[in-house]
Amino acid sequence: MTELTRRMPQAPHRPRRSVVLTIVMALLLVYTLVPLAWLVISATKSNSDLVNTFGFAFGHFNLFANVADVFTYEGGVYGRWLINTLIYVVVGAGAATVLATLGGYGLAKYDFPGKKAVFAIILGAIAVPGTALAVPTFLLFSKVGLTNTMWAVILPSAISPFGLYLMWVFASDAIPTELMEAARVDGSGELRTFRTISLRLLAPGIVTVALFAIVATWNNYFLPLIMLNDPKLYPLTLGLQQWNAETVGVGAKPVFSLVTTGSLLAVIPIVAAFLLLQRYWQSGLSAGSVKQ
Amino acid sequence: MTSQISVAPPRPRAERAAPRTKHSPLKRRISAAGWGFVLPFFIGFVLLVVVPVGYSIYLSLYRNQLIGGNHFVGFANYLQAFTDADFWSGVLRVSLFLVVQVPIMLALALICALAIDSGRLHGKSFFRIVLFLPYAVPGVVAVLMWGFMYNPRAGLTGALGHLLGFTIDPISTQWVLPAIGNIVTWEFLGYNMLIFYAALSTVPRELYEAAAIDGAGAFRTIFSVKLPALRGSIVIATIFSIIGSFQLFNEPNILRTTALGIIPTNFTPNLYAYTLSFSGNQVNYAATVAIIMGVFTAVIAYVVQLRGSRKDA
Repeated sequence: MTELTRRMPQAPHRPRRSVVLTIVMALLLVYTLVPLAWLVISATKSNSDLVNTFGFAFGHFNLFANVADVFTYEGGVYGRWLINTLIYVVVGAGAATVLATLGGYGLAKYDFPGKKAVFAIILGAIAVPGTALAVPTFLLFSKVGLTNTMWAVILPSAISPFGLYLMWVFASDAIPTELMEAARVDGSGELRTFRTISLRLLAPGIVTVALFAIVATWNNYFLPLIMLNDPKLYPLTLGLQQWNAETVGVGAKPVFSLVTTGSLLAVIPIVAAFLLLQRYWQSGLSAGSVKQ
Repeated sequence: MTSQISVAPPRPRAERAAPRTKHSPLKRRISAAGWGFVLPFFIGFVLLVVVPVGYSIYLSLYRNQLIGGNHFVGFANYLQAFTDADFWSGVLRVSLFLVVQVPIMLALALICALAIDSGRLHGKSFFRIVLFLPYAVPGVVAVLMWGFMYNPRAGLTGALGHLLGFTIDPISTQWVLPAIGNIVTWEFLGYNMLIFYAALSTVPRELYEAAAIDGAGAFRTIFSVKLPALRGSIVIATIFSIIGSFQLFNEPNILRTTALGIIPTNFTPNLYAYTLSFSGNQVNYAATVAIIMGVFTAVIAYVVQLRGSRKDA
């Protein structure tokens, strides 16, 4: 947060606005927006318009019929996927945020024997690629009967070393050690200090960690792909991929409009969350993030 | 460890610990509280990261055969991997991807961050938030969108081809790797931009004023003040991207379903390991492949970290 306040009074000499730079950046902006524009336009088209009209031209406006189709196709399974995704996000990302917040705070503000060892173990395991983890996790989960259950997706989502790292860096800056000592002198217990003082100071960091955990869980594909067989347990990502796979091969069904409209509906909540909370995560990132 | 956001190795910060007083009740209380806060994460971490990694190593040393069942084979699986052309072609492909895609993406992200930070843009917060948006789009959706646009008949590339008078089919053996590189660049450009931008915004403004007083122009300021200040975040972004490249899986696997026959099952080492364990029933060998890639990633990340943090700036 100190960085932000330091930044607020802009440097006395305001640099001139550059038209050339704005144009170059506008080109990158177009690159970023073209696929999203395509998605929005396509979601308004019927199946036949999707195939027969140019991708960036509007056809007959069919958005509401498409949305209705998305929620009724195959007995309304899309709604089920949406609910599953929400469960994975609320429980998985929620647990990830809580664990990372507590752990990051403990590592940043307390000195305890074994701290260096904890640090080394987490550091060492960080470079392990997802598959090195996913295959053995699948095998272990299948031994205890967890595969093809919601827990198989939720449990691994609850551990976010990246979140722990963000919180660690954020907490070291955001909470003055003297404040904790003062609370201690006043006879406040550690848990009470955490609840009444630290938690409030950590808020921007917590929002940031939560948002990144939410995105990771909402967009998760590899883990559910491995863990789940039953389409009733799928999150949106796997479901959309399944519909997409139905558009090709033997017995292909022309369900393009379901894929595009379903995709748009899957994007909107997460983008909205980012836009609404940007004040928090932007300050959380610049204060806590990646400065070393 | 679920998705593309991989993890930067945190550095131990200078600890402002109280002077050590042996076994004082306060110190004991602080230790207990510290462990108390860290323990929930640590238990989860051990169960869901350390144990699977250990199990993976165990698996890689065994082989399950029709005759003799599950038995210890030492490093035989590793020897097999080192002479496995299917494995190495995947390694080569992701290495090529790494060498080409990562510098392009990071350079673009750096330019964006510097441009937004320079204050010379109209509407800078608009740029910042829009460029970041693709990061929030699920990878599956990103690939589906680009997959449609790559379609030579109905998509964007078809229309572009009409306009320019020649057509390339992005979903062909020759072009599919650059096509995937484009998707990954689109997804992570804004994310990396934000990492750089966040680091730039921690540079004290007085430094710029000092540079201006010394007569440094915009470019001189970039090279003498801003880039050195970005060093740490460039190292981190590079390590993220290396991990991401070596783990390349989602994009090729999703494209595979509609681009039949273009993307082989050993397209990337990750796809290869996945196929080995879930279609080929060779979990032991799959674990071996995954561990070799993990070691590669760790070694390269370590080298980048070492080179990046040399204090010669």
